[in-house]
Amino acid sequence: MNSRSSALPYIQVSPLALVLILFFSIPVALVLLVSFFRYQMLVGIVPDFTFKNYADILTNRTNWMLYWSTIKFALIVLAITGFIGFWISYFLVFHVRNLVTAIALFLVCTVPFWTSNIIRMISWRPVLGREGVINQALVGSGLTDQPVEWLLYSDFAVVIAYVHLFTLFMIVPIFNSMARIDKSLLEAAVDAGASRWGVIWNVVLPLSKTGIALGTLFVVTLVMGDFSVVTVMSGGLSGSAASAIFNDLQFLNYPRAAANAVILLIVVLLIASAIFRLVDVRKELVR
Amino acid sequence: MPSSQDRRPWTFYVLSLLMLLFVLFLYGPMISVLVLSFQGPSASLNFPLRDPSLIWFDELFNPTRVGDVPGAFSRSLPLALVVMVLTVLISVTAGFGFRHRFRGSGPLFYMAIASLIIPGLVLSIGILVTAQFLGLSASWYGTALGAHLTWTLPFGLLIMFAILGRLSPSYEEAAFDLGASRWQSIKDVVVPIVFPGMIAVALFGFTLSYDEFPRSWLTVGTRNTLPLEIWTMTTNVTSPALYALGTVTTVISFFVIAVALGSIILIQRRRSK
Repeated sequence: MNSRSSALPYIQVSPLALVLILFFSIPVALVLLVSFFRYQMLVGIVPDFTFKNYADILTNRTNWMLYWSTIKFALIVLAITGFIGFWISYFLVFHVRNLVTAIALFLVCTVPFWTSNIIRMISWRPVLGREGVINQALVGSGLTDQPVEWLLYSDFAVVIAYVHLFTLFMIVPIFNSMARIDKSLLEAAVDAGASRWGVIWNVVLPLSKTGIALGTLFVVTLVMGDFSVVTVMSGGLSGSAASAIFNDLQFLNYPRAAANAVILLIVVLLIASAIFRLVDVRKELVR
Repeated sequence: MPSSQDRRPWTFYVLSLLMLLFVLFLYGPMISVLVLSFQGPSASLNFPLRDPSLIWFDELFNPTRVGDVPGAFSRSLPLALVVMVLTVLISVTAGFGFRHRFRGSGPLFYMAIASLIIPGLVLSIGILVTAQFLGLSASWYGTALGAHLTWTLPFGLLIMFAILGRLSPSYEEAAFDLGASRWQSIKDVVVPIVFPGMIAVALFGFTLSYDEFPRSWLTVGTRNTLPLEIWTMTTNVTSPALYALGTVTTVISFFVIAVALGSIILIQRRRSK
């Protein structure tokens, strides 16, 4: 890179830095500060330096259960979206021979990403509900006498909605990584005697790891941070780490909400840094 | 496998089936909402569709019955447009900045990534608390605008990385060597390569803001944007009016997507002439 004018890059990135500092760094710092404040009934937030909010959260069994259930959801959804994401991308990149067809199919997969998440979530109601499409078909065909109750307002429905909403975050980065793989590498591997699975396992998979890492980052952090899907799709039966924050906010207990938020943020950042340690995403992106 | 050009391997058929099922899974529920938004006066939330009508669309524009949908729309649309313009301007210039080595590029990159992955609700609390500390009140054109930018700018930046990765500095150097002025090299070399990417950034900026819920939740102040209105309706409204609203917003999203993709295709076609 040339360094004709060393001030130029600073000028170019300063608007981005300004917005992020104002609306991301300072707010996060203040959440951290407020998490040590005290909450008093009828008074509200009282400036203080107490670990009581953290102690409250960490000694509460319900919070541990919420984290456990969120992590469980994250792992199940990660497995399903990872599987679908990898094979759909593989199909589009290596099986579809016509480039225009591949791009068209890729767009078909990505268009829902640009529409409302809440509406896409709601759209499962007439499908999974007690009198929904699936139950009508099941009862109508005589497979079951009674409508299946656990399709909607259950953990099953939560997983379905997560997969529906977040698989795109897996497909796009994996597709992007795979599309850069030189196809002659695969032919060379086949010529050298590799089996079909050998090629996928030893060539395609390692070369798509940046995409898989980015997709994992998106899916895990989205599930960890979600409260709307889990609330609506479980019918209020299940919760998530973020729904603990949501509940605190309903009682205007900002200090405890802030402490919960700090814990959630730490967990999310730890997961992210683990992923970044495994794969140097930055080096792959900025090149 | 590319080596067997004549016969499709069996995996092709298995994966075609997977693709078909996935597309069905993606679009099936959306289509059912689309169809059921034309439900008749029976107000059934499920199939079958009886006496198709437009009454639930009428209901939407009758604010006394279901929240203030037109009002929410009149805020969401300008907000999304402003976010779109700012996202394009800021992330495109920042993308170019990242092509140079500069001190602090690492921390800035990780700040952008952290801003992308922070749970929206956490950020929402942070911005609300910040506004309270400063003695400001939350509003859709102030705090919510900032909250949306923390989500759209990192996306814009990632897209710019993908686009600029294809723009080798040697292209610009070649243009200079051939006697092009700085302005000419930007106009004739850089812009044609970057422009489709800018449209993609604009598409992300608009749609991510237009549909954003968790980051808007505490930051819009007293007047709701459309996703918040929909969220309220999911708990209060038990009529197909909710589906009608879903159909309206989805149609708007599809319109925006079609404009963006159409213009990218048009540009590519003009260039290849």
